[in-house]
Amino acid sequence: MKTSIYGLLAEFDTPDALLNAVRQARAAGYRRMDAYTPFPVEHLAEELGFHHSRLPLLVLIGGIVGCAGGYFMQYYAAVIDYPWNVGGRPLNSWPAFIPIAFECTILAAALVAVLGMLALNGLPMPHHPLFNQPRFALASRNRFFLCIEAADGHFDREATERFLSGLKATNLSEVSNE
Amino acid sequence: MNELPIEPRQTPIIGPGYTYASVTDKISSIVLTKKTPKGWLIGFGISFILTMMLLFAVTYLLVKGVGIWGINIPVGWGFAIINFVWWIGIGHAGTLISAILLLLRQEWRTSINRFAEAMTLFAVSCAGLYPLLHLGRPWFAYWLIPYPNTMDMWPQFRSPLVWDVFAVTTYATVSLLFWYVGLIPDLATLRDRSSTRFGRILYGILAMGWRGSAIHWHRYEVAYLLLAGLATPLVVSVHTVVSFDFAISILPGWHTTIFPPYFVAGAIYSGFAMVMVLTIPIRAAYGLQDFITMRHLQNMAKVMLATGLIVAYGYLMEIFMAWYSASSYEQFVVSNRWTGPYRVAYWALILMNVIIPQTLWFRRVRNSVLGLFLVAMSVNIGMWLERFVIVVTSLHRDFLPSSWGMYYPTVWDWATFAGTIGLFLALLFLFIRFLPMISIFEMRTLVPGTEAK
Repeated sequence: MKTSIYGLLAEFDTPDALLNAVRQARAAGYRRMDAYTPFPVEHLAEELGFHHSRLPLLVLIGGIVGCAGGYFMQYYAAVIDYPWNVGGRPLNSWPAFIPIAFECTILAAALVAVLGMLALNGLPMPHHPLFNQPRFALASRNRFFLCIEAADGHFDREATERFLSGLKATNLSEVSNE
Repeated sequence: MNELPIEPRQTPIIGPGYTYASVTDKISSIVLTKKTPKGWLIGFGISFILTMMLLFAVTYLLVKGVGIWGINIPVGWGFAIINFVWWIGIGHAGTLISAILLLLRQEWRTSINRFAEAMTLFAVSCAGLYPLLHLGRPWFAYWLIPYPNTMDMWPQFRSPLVWDVFAVTTYATVSLLFWYVGLIPDLATLRDRSSTRFGRILYGILAMGWRGSAIHWHRYEVAYLLLAGLATPLVVSVHTVVSFDFAISILPGWHTTIFPPYFVAGAIYSGFAMVMVLTIPIRAAYGLQDFITMRHLQNMAKVMLATGLIVAYGYLMEIFMAWYSASSYEQFVVSNRWTGPYRVAYWALILMNVIIPQTLWFRRVRNSVLGLFLVAMSVNIGMWLERFVIVVTSLHRDFLPSSWGMYYPTVWDWATFAGTIGLFLALLFLFIRFLPMISIFEMRTLVPGTEAK
């Protein structure tokens, strides 16, 4: 509660300059930081120390649950709840149940992929301190940002500003919490 | 003239001289401009009138029943199913361009995928109307969905018609998700660039607070790739299931194993034709020739040519199998198509779907915007005729000559068909006006010098 600063925002012209800055900030010991870019930049998340997303596993589980659920729904209807002998054919006529089980697999997996991605990203989040800084609007146009957050153990208003200005940032600004 | 020893053979997929900023501004200004182009107003007005006609036709249908259509026994399917299959097929190009071409790393897809996905959504919406209206009692459409009910009944899960319900709803849902996920970063761009308070709030809500964080991008790309991987088998399954509506039956001309692959190829064929028919006027109207280049059109023409040949192979195999099966009913279907009362539709289909598209072998045609437009138009009509021939010729003369009959569409059939074209175009016009029709963030990655080391 001692500060109303969210962090310091450095602005770069190219993805390469940003990548370079992230590497140096990591080397200087900063951890609570994030980079903001107008398009996905390769290796950037890895340089920030983010390696594995749990998303693929969640999607796999979603797909398996969808498949099993879709098949069981048909099995329950045709074998348990409403068994009906049509010309002596087996009640559990599995080949006919494949298309729906398949569609349920895809549907569940796709829903998990999208909702899981949003949930892990903490979206929707209507407001964020970064939006207090007008220059941040350029993050969705043509500028590449690095924000070192005040919550970082190494953060020091003056020292971090000095560090960031040594990284050839084209602009440096403060992000307030209010 | 050029000092480079080797001239690049292909034209690039983005015009020269673009930066991140100019790509962003050019595409977003189409949406954010306050001035609505006059051509847009006229186009939207016409399609809106057609949409009203659809509402009128549907209302009259609900009052009177399906008897106002030309359907009767023996031809009980008629326009409703023809148009359903036609629209669903058109929808297939969107997912193909976004998912399969993404997985194949075809970068040229970038400037047309958003538009094609929107087209998919609207085409599937139009398609979905038909089976519901064709039910006879559309207000009981929810009986198609399995839910615990007091009647203690279930849908017949062994029926391809129920598979269709699952396939088409899954397809509509996944297409919507795919489209929306692709839009999120661009909605954030519109939020940040909109000059009106209303625009900022509206696009802000839709963008869900997207900030472009590197961690978010990482998960976003994983999710997008997974969606593409899921949509690829889905798109193949949907038209396969649609073809099962025919192939699982025992009717001559329908009961054939070539249907699934040839339906899927036909769907992609007609979908690309529709993308072509729509993008050619739009790129001219909005001056987007730098983003949707001749190379895009040529690539689409080549995909059309390839899928068109698969479709032609399908026609050929139908004829071959009729002869090879030694079934007199199958052979009759072929001779009835060639010389029967619907022979004009059959030969027009062969002309428009098989013969005219062969002009795409010639570079001159592929280099001519007008030529491509006309060929694509011919394919759209040809694919509609194909569905007409499949549905009507098999039904109207099956096993017993005493139960033969003819099918003539009524004015209400045509009004509903024209009405869904209007609905489709009206939705597209709204999309072009209010959402970026080209994926802005993906276009930024095509700007030279983007490759990060």
